[in-house]
Amino acid sequence: MAPRQEPLIFQYSRAGRGAVDQWPREPDTPLEIPRELQRPRPPLLPEVSELDAVRHFTRLSQLNFSIDTHFYPLGSCTMKYNPKACNALATLPQFLARHPLAPESRGQGVLACLHELQEMLCALTGMQAAALGPMAGAQGELAGVAMILAHHRSRGDLARREIIVPQAAHGTNPATASMCGATVREIPVGADGDVDIEALRAAVGPATAGIMLTNPSTLGVFERRIVEVAEIVHAAGGLLYYDGANLNAILGKVRPADMGFDVIHMNLHKTFSTPHGGGGPGAGAVGVGPLLEPFLPIPIVVREADHYRSLTERDRPRTIGRLSAFMGNVGVLLRAYVYMRLLGSEGLSQVAEHAALNANYLLARLAGAGFEVAYPSRRASHELIVTLERQARDSEVTAMDFAKRLLDYGMHAPTTYFPLLVPECLLIEPTETESKETLDAFVAAMVSIAREAREDPERVRRAPHTLPVRRLDDVRAAKQLDLTWDPDARAPDRPG
Amino acid sequence: MAFIPHTAADVEEMLAVIGVASVEQLFDEIPPSVRARGLAGIGDALNEMEVTRLMMSRAASCGFALSFIGAGAYEHHIPAAVWAIAARGEFYSSYTPYQAEASQGTLQAIYEFQTMIASLSGMDVANASLYDGASAFAEALLMAARINRKSKSLRMLVSRAVHPHYRAVARSITSLQGLNLEEVEYDAASGRTLVDSLRAHDGEDITALAIQQPNFFGVLEEVDGLSEWARRRAIPVIAVVNPISLALLRPPGEWRGGADVVVGEGQPLGVPLSSGGPYFGFMATRMAHVRQMPGRIAGRTVDLAGHEGFTLTLQAREQHIRRGRATSNICTNQGLMVTAATLYLSLMGPQGLRRVAAACHARTRALVEALVRIPGVRAAFAAPRFHEAVLQLDRPVAPVLAALERREILAGLDLAPDYPELGHALLVCATETKTAADIQVYASALGEALEARTAA
Amino acid sequence: MSRIPEDLRFTKTHEWVRVLPGGVVEVGITDHAQDALGDVVFVEAPEPGRRVAAGESYGVVESVKAASDLYSPVAGEVTAVNGELASAPERINQDAYGAGWIARIRPDDAASVSELLSPADYRRLLESGGG
Repeated sequence: MAPRQEPLIFQYSRAGRGAVDQWPREPDTPLEIPRELQRPRPPLLPEVSELDAVRHFTRLSQLNFSIDTHFYPLGSCTMKYNPKACNALATLPQFLARHPLAPESRGQGVLACLHELQEMLCALTGMQAAALGPMAGAQGELAGVAMILAHHRSRGDLARREIIVPQAAHGTNPATASMCGATVREIPVGADGDVDIEALRAAVGPATAGIMLTNPSTLGVFERRIVEVAEIVHAAGGLLYYDGANLNAILGKVRPADMGFDVIHMNLHKTFSTPHGGGGPGAGAVGVGPLLEPFLPIPIVVREADHYRSLTERDRPRTIGRLSAFMGNVGVLLRAYVYMRLLGSEGLSQVAEHAALNANYLLARLAGAGFEVAYPSRRASHELIVTLERQARDSEVTAMDFAKRLLDYGMHAPTTYFPLLVPECLLIEPTETESKETLDAFVAAMVSIAREAREDPERVRRAPHTLPVRRLDDVRAAKQLDLTWDPDARAPDRPG
Repeated sequence: MAFIPHTAADVEEMLAVIGVASVEQLFDEIPPSVRARGLAGIGDALNEMEVTRLMMSRAASCGFALSFIGAGAYEHHIPAAVWAIAARGEFYSSYTPYQAEASQGTLQAIYEFQTMIASLSGMDVANASLYDGASAFAEALLMAARINRKSKSLRMLVSRAVHPHYRAVARSITSLQGLNLEEVEYDAASGRTLVDSLRAHDGEDITALAIQQPNFFGVLEEVDGLSEWARRRAIPVIAVVNPISLALLRPPGEWRGGADVVVGEGQPLGVPLSSGGPYFGFMATRMAHVRQMPGRIAGRTVDLAGHEGFTLTLQAREQHIRRGRATSNICTNQGLMVTAATLYLSLMGPQGLRRVAAACHARTRALVEALVRIPGVRAAFAAPRFHEAVLQLDRPVAPVLAALERREILAGLDLAPDYPELGHALLVCATETKTAADIQVYASALGEALEARTAA
Repeated sequence: MSRIPEDLRFTKTHEWVRVLPGGVVEVGITDHAQDALGDVVFVEAPEPGRRVAAGESYGVVESVKAASDLYSPVAGEVTAVNGELASAPERINQDAYGAGWIARIRPDDAASVSELLSPADYRRLLESGGG
């Protein structure tokens, strides 16, 4: 039985206790550090035994939902099974022990994996070259937009500072554009979920640096007029950026380069099943067509005869530069490499097919059970959107209430209130690794909650009831900031 | 092997429910003109046994050399309990804790981590981590520009004794927003950044000052004087620190002039070297600046029933709410690494962490003493150091490193590419993992290499 | 329908303006705006003495789920800010037109206030969905 609450690690602390066997011996030479540079008081760290720490953190783990323990249909996050082999084989002792600045002659095996990973990512996306340094999707986005801007600058075209983003885009897209010093121009999306082509035509011009698109879009549908979009943007002198958030939906079916994209970032922690780790580490590899190759971030791994080498600024003088201290999240890249080798070309195609099958099956079943889907006339991609606007109106039970109640049914909630265009929405992404039985159980839970919403709405509104905590007071958290533990302060309203 | 559970019967049944004849039909909204025909260039699947064989041979090529390289990534003992617990599926395969009620484990661990990092840094608050030390440094510069809105110049003074890769990453990221990184020379005799070199900028509009302690050379900076220079001019101070060193060294929050943003590489806290990542960057600041801090932050609050619990907070700073006007585009932290670091810091505690720091300090001192006894080797800088040192040889470093590598010793980092003015300079590090015998092996091999070359 | 006092002026960005004796104007966000934001948790107010242009973003109101810029209704100099909001931002939810005032500004041109939306104009704006 999982614990309901767990004290803070500091509350186990006893002066003089410790995991002594883990500590090195006290050195027999004195410190050669001037007194004024020395720490006057020890830091606030717990003094606990090894068993105290092991129990505490094991109990904390038991307070989490995870893919290993629960269905986790979080839209746009691709929470598929993370194969155990990927972790085991990326953490072989020699891999873990290798220093990032060790000679490349002592890392040929690592570099070979990274080089092959670059090649496989190019093959999947149709891009000409790839770089693996960006450490998360958002950093891959930054690299992509920075390359687009560098390209325009290199041609002396300094006026192109505007990045076009559809209204439905993930918040990272406009945030990235701003972080790159570009201005953001939003364009609307039509009622059928496709980009408003006339609005796009009106938006492009001599200030257009590029457009950022996810395809399939965040609305869970394929952008059908993508070829036309590409023509319009290219004709105006802009470039197309592909946000790889939804790449899982199209593996082997269509390649971003063939759709007209010039640059792409891939979330290896989504499509290639490296773990999310409770919020990172991810990896945001980037791929580019010939136009942008000179600007790729370093390092890039190349093969010269039988030797692998990573390129530096000397090899690539026009690079947008380095984005991580060393080679990015190598351990994550190795996991993605193992995953791709395990699946091979046939397996990777099956990924998209079964992700689409599961999403469209859920859509059909939920629609059949009376739920309103956001784009009923469209195929679902690998995810789908249900809108609970009617339930919110009739029973005053919101999408958030549904989400919280699903937790009581032992299922992680779908993404709520995103995309912002659809009111009271749940964005549901089952992924290809879930069985029909799991999907059926999800539908049954949704039907049951819908019934509760009519018959006992308060029960849904006050959910969850069975988790370690009840619904948390976000307003208090933001107003009475309590971000670190103060040993001298009383814990808030701690029951006896 | 795509980890797909469906039987053929399942697929038939599901297609019937959808009302299509084939899986292929599910892709009929993709324009035929751009459809891919199969997947070339990936190769056939290997089964787990075959991939295991492949990866074992790839790993073997890395070997296990005796390493004295530091330069921003450090070999420390990692208690087995750290990854035995951090790698549990409940941590490993969970997402960012957006659904707080279903993520209390991750959230509480982050809150504990924030407490530890804030205390180590001598600051009020810390975030849930950034990607790595270098990108955290870039974010700190952007944050300092938001803190110091009175300054219009966007001129950031950065000591040249800050890690060269950190400066490179900061340039890549912050130049996009027009920040100007201006390098401040270090003193050739001591390896320190002198307050005198800052005085050249008296009266100028400076947006922030960045100092690394210990600096890239392992030398201890005169942080009181440097921070005080900035404080008197109301210039925010960014401190780049090594978290292990903070067990021994005065935390930036207690420098005479204080610090506004403290960042560093978290790798030394229980994270394996792994060719450079995944690591994590940490960031701490004063409460007054908390809304300018990027990244996720966990906070403690209460639930409907009045029980305490944890949730992400201050999310209005972040990209999913502020979109184009967020403090950063960052979404994730490096959650799993932070879980490991919190475990590591719990097992070490204040005493253990101090012992690790003191042992590193003592080992490096012993290493330097042993190496400078060799003719042709001298220590470059006279100032006190933490656990790294710059040595100068009487000949180019690269061939010497190659000779030692043939004897399974990674003897340090050649500084010629980044600091040519230092001559034949080598950066070395000995952590608590190096024994007296290891140091002797290094010293003998280096002695022989230099002798052999002289003879030749 | 949210409250729209008859003695105030309004902006399209949902700020209200009250002319105080002496010509200084008091500004805040409307009842409609506070309702749309939800529980306000933080207000970033401008510093007294700051010069602002009409329409310039000079502060932020944050709730848990949203952050909304504050735009100055008039050009002028900030003479005071409501210090109570630092510890009690909920005043904006409780009393948007009174205790929830945000700043006082001395307009460069007293006539500029009369160019702002009247209560009737603002009501039409809300009814037309111009939120």
